[in-house]
Order: sequence, then C-alpha cells, then structure tokens
Amino acid sequence: MGILKLSGITMKFGGVVAVNNLNIDVEKGNIEALIGPNGAGKTTAFNTITGVYTPTEGSVYFNDEEITGIAPDKITKKGIARTFQNIRLFKNLSVLDNILIANHLHIKSNFLSSTLRMPWSRAEEKYMKKKSEMLLEKLGLLSINNEKAHSLPYGEQRKLEIARALATDAKLLLLDEPAAGMNPNETEKLAEFIRTIRDEFNLTILMIEHHMDLVMEISEKIYVLDFGHLIAEGTAEQVKNDPKVIEAYLGVEEDA
Amino acid sequence: MITNKKNTLFRKLNILTVIIAIILLYLIDSDIVGNQYIKRILNLCAIYTIVSVSMNLVNGFTGLFSLGQAGFMAIGAYTVAIFTVPVELRESIFYVVPQNPVLSQIQIPFFPALLIGGLLAALVAILIGMPVLRLKSDYLAIATLGFSEIIRIIFTNIKTITNGALGINRIPAIPSLELDNFNISFGPMWSIFGIAALSVLLISLLVNSSYGRAFKAIREDDIAAQAMGISPFKHKVMSFAIGAFFAGIGGGLLASLLGTVDPKQFYFTMTYNFLLIIVLGGMGSISGTVIASFIVTAGLELLRFFDEPLTLFGVNIPIFRAGLRMVIYSILLMVLVLFFRNGLLGQKELSWNAIIGWFKNKMPSHKKSEGGAL
Repeated sequence: MGILKLSGITMKFGGVVAVNNLNIDVEKGNIEALIGPNGAGKTTAFNTITGVYTPTEGSVYFNDEEITGIAPDKITKKGIARTFQNIRLFKNLSVLDNILIANHLHIKSNFLSSTLRMPWSRAEEKYMKKKSEMLLEKLGLLSINNEKAHSLPYGEQRKLEIARALATDAKLLLLDEPAAGMNPNETEKLAEFIRTIRDEFNLTILMIEHHMDLVMEISEKIYVLDFGHLIAEGTAEQVKNDPKVIEAYLGVEEDA
Repeated sequence: MITNKKNTLFRKLNILTVIIAIILLYLIDSDIVGNQYIKRILNLCAIYTIVSVSMNLVNGFTGLFSLGQAGFMAIGAYTVAIFTVPVELRESIFYVVPQNPVLSQIQIPFFPALLIGGLLAALVAILIGMPVLRLKSDYLAIATLGFSEIIRIIFTNIKTITNGALGINRIPAIPSLELDNFNISFGPMWSIFGIAALSVLLISLLVNSSYGRAFKAIREDDIAAQAMGISPFKHKVMSFAIGAFFAGIGGGLLASLLGTVDPKQFYFTMTYNFLLIIVLGGMGSISGTVIASFIVTAGLELLRFFDEPLTLFGVNIPIFRAGLRMVIYSILLMVLVLFFRNGLLGQKELSWNAIIGWFKNKMPSHKKSEGGAL
C-alpha cells in the first residue's frame, strides 16, 4: 500500500456528484498528477484529502492510518501539506514570517512560556528561525527573507508557497496547479524545482496541473478525472494514448 | 559594526525615556507638578491604554471584529467593586436589596481582586468565544456587541450581587505601596502606570512570539493558516480570552479609580472609544495604540471647552453649548476614517530608527544631499 490511498471516495453537493467512487494509491517517493478538464472534480478530490470536505462516502488513508473527516490543521500535523490554486500567502508578513508560521504547528512551549521568553521557549524560537533560514537558503529565497510576501514577483510567490508547505515538515505535498499563470520558460524551471525538492526532502508529490508538458515530463503516474469519474491511470505514455482520455479532452470523433 | 553602534545608542535612548517617564511620574504623583485634575486624566489615559491594546490584540492582530470590550471591563470592574468594599459598609450600600449573605462576608485585598477580575473576564470570554468565534467579520461584531449588552443587563438585574442599577460606590482607592524603611510611598498612579506598562509589555511580547505570528496568520488568511496546521479556533479563543483578561484588569482599575461602578458606565458606546483609539493608532500597532489612547482620552477632556458657553467681544456664540464636544468628536472621527484609514502607524511600530529617519527627511539640507538615492 502506498503513502496515500483514497478508497471509494464520493463527494456529493446536493444533487451534484463532484467526485464519484475515486480510488487512488499514491506510491511513496513518486511525483504523481491528477489531471482532467475543468470541473472534473480535481480540487474537490484535493479538498477531501486535506480535510476541507468530509467525503460523502469512502475513506482516505495516509500511511495506513485513516484520516477521513479530520480537520485540515490536524491533517497538516500528520504530514500532508498543500498549496492553493490562487496563491494564499500571508501577504502583509515577511517571507521569513511566512515560513516561521508554518513551523508553529510543532511548537512545544505554551503561550505563557512563549510570551515570558522562558529559556526553553527562546531555544525553540532560535531553532525555528535557524531551520527556516536553512530552508530559505536551500530554495534560494534567503536573500529576500525580509521582503513582504505580496511584493514578490509571481513566480517567487509560487515558490514561497511551496517552501511554506515544506516548512511544516510534510511527507506528502499536494500542489494545486503550481504552474498556473506561468510561461513555458518558468514552467520548465518549476519542473526542475519540483524534482529537486522531491529528492532533497524525500517527498511524495501529488499535483493538479493543466500544463500537459509539465505533467508528462515529471509525473511517474497520472490519474485522469472526467465528470468526477476516474477514466484512466498510468504512465504518461499510457494515458496519452488512451482513447477515453482523448475523448474527454477533445470530444468524440464524429462518424463521417 | 554600524548596526551594533546604532543598537547601543537606541538602548541608551530607551533607558533615558524610561528614566524620564519615571521622574515625571514621581513629580506628578507627589503633587510637585500638575494637579489632581491632570493626575486623574493621566490615570484614565493609562487605563484606556490597557484596554485599547488588549482590543488591538483581538481586532488588529488576530483580525477578529469584536466589540465586546465594555462587557469584559464590566466583569473586572464589578469583581473589584464587590470584593474590595469593606464588609462593614456593605449594608449601607446594598440598602434596597441586601447583598448575598455569603458574598457580604468576603473581602479581598485590591491586587488579588484585580487578578480575579481579569481571570473571570477571560473565563467568560472562553465560554462566549466557543460558540461566537465560529462567526466571521460583521456577524462576530454583532454577536459580541450583543454579549456586552447582555452582561450589562445581567448586572442590572442580579441585585443581590451587583446592587442593580444603583451600582456600588465607596470602592476603596487603589492602595499606596509604602516603603516604611525608606519613607517613600508609591501612590495609586504608580500602580496604574505600572500595570499599564506591564500589560503593554506582555502583549507586545506575545504578539512577537510564535503564537503572535499564528494570530497574524489567521488575520491574513485563516484558510491558509489552517492548512499550515494552525487551529484557527483554538488560537482565536486564546486571543479573545487574553484580550478579555486585560480588559478585565482595565475595568478593575477603573472601578477603583472612580470609586464607583454602575451598569450605565459600561454601555456599548464605551467600546467605540476603544475602537476609535485602535483605528487612530493603527490596527496592528501597539505603539500607535498607546499614543492614540493618550491623545483620545486627553483630547476628550480638552474638548470639554466646547461644551461651555463662549462669549466673544460681548457676543454669546450660540453653538457653544453642551453637546458640541460630541459633534466635534464625530467630525474628527469622520476625517480620520476618510483621510487616515491606516491610522497613525498602520501596522508599523514606533522605533528610534523611524523617528530619526523622519527627522532626517524633514531637514532640507539632508534632502538635497541624499535626495538622489531615493
């Protein structure tokens, strides 16, 4: 069994079935992708994994432990971190603060000892700062650690959001359209970046993406969703030639 | 090296400021400078500082639009009133409905009573906060406003505990701390300013700790904060309760300073004074709030001039009458909201660096020589 397993996930909103009986098994250490046309239910699937929605039916397992319906903050504590389709940084705070906030979930001091700057809280704070700076240095963001998040260029903001997710010490990273709004050149760099962090931090990555070249280039396994159904899964080669996938993306070929 | 030198300079300036403040406090407290009126206004300023900074923690730093501050102050004020009035005076104060027989035998010294008041306010905040903090923005404001009115109405009606609408008077003044060996006595002003300084210090330490960063994260984007493993609910309740604790402390000090409490004091309009202060000072700026507390509280007193009849060159100016003060106050409020939406300092804090920078900018000679860099 893989690191993340969705078994029979169904998500209904009133009469609309956004995700229907979805089964996914993400292998540890892989980069895998969830693709599909607009409205196929990809983000809904993400939201059932991260606890934003409790699925109508089915279960989510992370490292063989059932996490269905747990609150998002508890799921992050277990080791699943995400980014958002429309970047959600803490805009008015500095780059370093953004990263430090992602360290807060593991804090051991309570608010009193933290406020009173007890020796162990000082040590913890110092450790958090050092860890954050090391992360920023690894990702090449240390030179801008005092800038406000909203003042960064778009590409850097995407990068910072991934960095922030990494700072939670996640084992599984969910990226929701990391390349949205990027030009081919930036997308190329992003592919390299995703691969690097996977190797460096021993991550498993599951992403939603519309840039097919990015998906085909870096994912070991691809799941294709259409109208809430999983219509295909496999390697880039397998999925690319699957008639159902072609149909979903391009429509049925009319008989002459 | 240069930053090191600057830091030692700033540290010296800080120490100097504290020393000047202590000397001023000594001069005013021992009646060498000023008079009772000035003393009273300054004490009020310090108490308003405590409550405003605590409100800024909730509204400015955690991003919760809460208007319940008057309610929490009432809890602190009544706790101090009920427990510090000497037992032998109780009967003459509760002359319509006698006080609860158990309570009427309990008398606690001022400082423990003050602490209990703060803790009770925090406890009530936790109980209220658990259902109410699930609401957002305007809805939360309405719910907290309602809560503060409920507290006031409860206090008006539990006559055996609070003496109802009559209120409790003859509350003893904040005790002076005597140092007999040195023949020095620290009057109530020292306690009020001491507690105010301590409150501001504690809140700014909290705001700059990891928990403070979590509060700010919730203010910036609570969905992202939760995705980063921060429980918005737990941290909102925490901030709300800490804010209520300091509001309770402020209320307790106020009760003792005025010597009397009654439910009408804690009408919801009181909360608007604090709202004005934190908006003027800057939501998310502690130093801004402290400055604004002094400006607004002292300003409201100075504006009393407008409430008195004015005769210029033998002509009585008709608009100078009771009520004009509030008109001017409201106009100032509108100007503030229209032109200074971020307040004095926005989310920034006052620092020596900023002050020196500001003065440098004002000096034309510097502007000429360094203008090219900007």
